[in-house]
Amino acid sequence: MIRVNGEEFPLRSGMNVRELIEEMDFDETKIAVEYNGEILPKSDYEKTVLKEGDVLEVVSFVGGG
Amino acid sequence: MTGQKRKPSREEIRESLRKRHGERTQRVLENSKVAVAGLGGLGSHVAVMLARAGVGSLHLIDFDRVDLSNLNRQEYWISQLGQYKTEAMREILLEINPYLCLKTDTVRLDEQNILEIFEEDPIVCEAFDRAENKAMLINTLLAGRKDVMIVAASGMAGCHSSNTIQTVQKMKRLYLCGDEKSGIEEGESLMAPRVTICAAHQANMIIRLLLGETKV
Repeated sequence: MIRVNGEEFPLRSGMNVRELIEEMDFDETKIAVEYNGEILPKSDYEKTVLKEGDVLEVVSFVGGG
Repeated sequence: MTGQKRKPSREEIRESLRKRHGERTQRVLENSKVAVAGLGGLGSHVAVMLARAGVGSLHLIDFDRVDLSNLNRQEYWISQLGQYKTEAMREILLEINPYLCLKTDTVRLDEQNILEIFEEDPIVCEAFDRAENKAMLINTLLAGRKDVMIVAASGMAGCHSSNTIQTVQKMKRLYLCGDEKSGIEEGESLMAPRVTICAAHQANMIIRLLLGETKV
């Protein structure tokens, strides 16, 4: 299990952050991801393979200001 | 009685703010610096509120000019139509406090220039319009600057209940104000009250951070 936005999410072996984002239907151009307490640059989404116990916060933005 | 036209001295303004806010608070705010990225519905109000609160230095960034379509929610006047927002906002802020330390950058922010432009800013208010730009600024700044704090906004369109707008700490160095769902993407329009409520959330969180309070 991993935790995404405070909720448990079943971990699939070998899954990376980009795959998780796609599976959860986030638009990659409108989010910021904190991975185990640190901001994760977009360039690292694909190479960051998720492991048991990881904690992610995916912050999604909508337009307007 | 005729109106007072003489420009107050720096010390008179300082004293007036100290009387209102207290000596310690005012000393901290006066020595603080905040960057406001985007001077639209959010940023124009945030800048005015921070200036009124006595924040000593503001760094304002926007590439755009004041347009008639902005006046439904932004702090500008008819007489400022066509002016760069950075210049229009400078005029307004100096009418609130002529001794403010202002830095303006009339430039479009992108991944290439963000780190350089915010190099000396410890706190950044994200006040952009488009979701992609919000994400770009936040990702670039948080990854490139390990010491910066960001107070951002997302979700203030329409005329839903005021009470849906909140401040939440999303990451160690990211606070987010808004209802997180009412965007312009669904065709909802932006109106002055909710945009201003959201801007006030941002300005208040920024003042709390400046005063050392990290809880929302």
